[in-house]
Amino acid sequence: MARITASVFTSHVPAIGAALDLGKTGEPYWQPVFQGYDFSKQWMKDNKPDVIFLVFNDHATAFSLEMIPTFAIGTAAEYQPADEGWGPRPVPKVVGHPELASHIAQSVIQQDFDLTIVNKMDVDHGLTVPLSLMCGQPQEWPCPVIPFAVNVVQYPVPSGRRCLNLGKAIRRAVESFDQDLNVHIWGTGGMSHQLQGPRAGLINREFDNAFLDRMIDDPESQAAVPHIDYVREAGSEGIELVMWLIARGAMADLAGGPKPTVKHRFYHVPASNTAVGHLILEN
Amino acid sequence: MPLDKPYLDVPGTTIFDAEQSRKGYWLNQFCMSLMKADNRTRFKADERAYLDEWAMTEDQKQAVLARDLNRCIALGGNIYFLAKIGATDGKSFQQMAGSMTGMSEEEYRNMMIGGGRSIEGNRYVGERK
Repeated sequence: MARITASVFTSHVPAIGAALDLGKTGEPYWQPVFQGYDFSKQWMKDNKPDVIFLVFNDHATAFSLEMIPTFAIGTAAEYQPADEGWGPRPVPKVVGHPELASHIAQSVIQQDFDLTIVNKMDVDHGLTVPLSLMCGQPQEWPCPVIPFAVNVVQYPVPSGRRCLNLGKAIRRAVESFDQDLNVHIWGTGGMSHQLQGPRAGLINREFDNAFLDRMIDDPESQAAVPHIDYVREAGSEGIELVMWLIARGAMADLAGGPKPTVKHRFYHVPASNTAVGHLILEN
Repeated sequence: MPLDKPYLDVPGTTIFDAEQSRKGYWLNQFCMSLMKADNRTRFKADERAYLDEWAMTEDQKQAVLARDLNRCIALGGNIYFLAKIGATDGKSFQQMAGSMTGMSEEEYRNMMIGGGRSIEGNRYVGERK
């Protein structure tokens, strides 16, 4: 039986990818950001998953305004890093897990979540920056990845409650897969940031840290927080944080199991326009 | 019954909802085309001619030519799409975001290093700082 053993949460700022790709990680501006992931890289080696289920958002890369799926699961064999306008990031292609992905799609749709199934998709910094932060700069990524894209570009995005419940459905789907696989679920994006208009540059440490606290101890109450609170308190792009609730919903304590163990917690301001937050929880 | 839009009183912020998306469809699709290297080259060679290939309004074209991102957003643009123009110009996300605040690039960068823009006084339109 496949099982979810851990969840990882991290921001996915594009400038972090650029800093890595251009060899700037040792600069004083970037050092504290990357130091926050030293533990995580070692943890990834010590706790290597068989598959990563990676929740992220596409930033007008694979999905233009022609199609805007609320939840899209990648069932392809592989995905290429996208050219977002600067040329593709020099990172390995992403190998998928079509068998588990198709199984999850079928199971989750039968649990009343209407997923869009995607067999062709380039993946942008939303997916590749978390992999870089957690795995460094390997020749190939350590395991297959199932990309799960959430619309947080065009309002309304899915509610926190729906995201948490979707995570619970993903957990049930994974546990009904016959192969013995160790699966990590990652939630990415955030934390507080606003990239547009005269209020650009907004950061809210208090909101972010309260969010991290509740992600650990009380995800059900965080799931009840309406969109407007994210927009007002954490900036228009801070709304990405609802995606963390999908990964959190898949943890054992929300299905009657014990509370997760906090293996790592990190918070830093700034990376470019954004507050960087990071958690590792183990079941 | 009108749709509930609780986000209209957030200062300095335009939420990209269905109405904005409809208004900005061609502006954003033009931006999307800049993800191809050939299109970036053609746009840079003659911006006006390239823009005229798209069913954008004249206001939208002028806003792009002026790189007035606040205006682009008011006319239906979304920042993740508009970022493709910035990438074509060789601008970082920080330079683009900063350009919308009325601050210089250095002032904006320093504000971020200093912990970012404070939430205090920035929650509601007309709120006293």
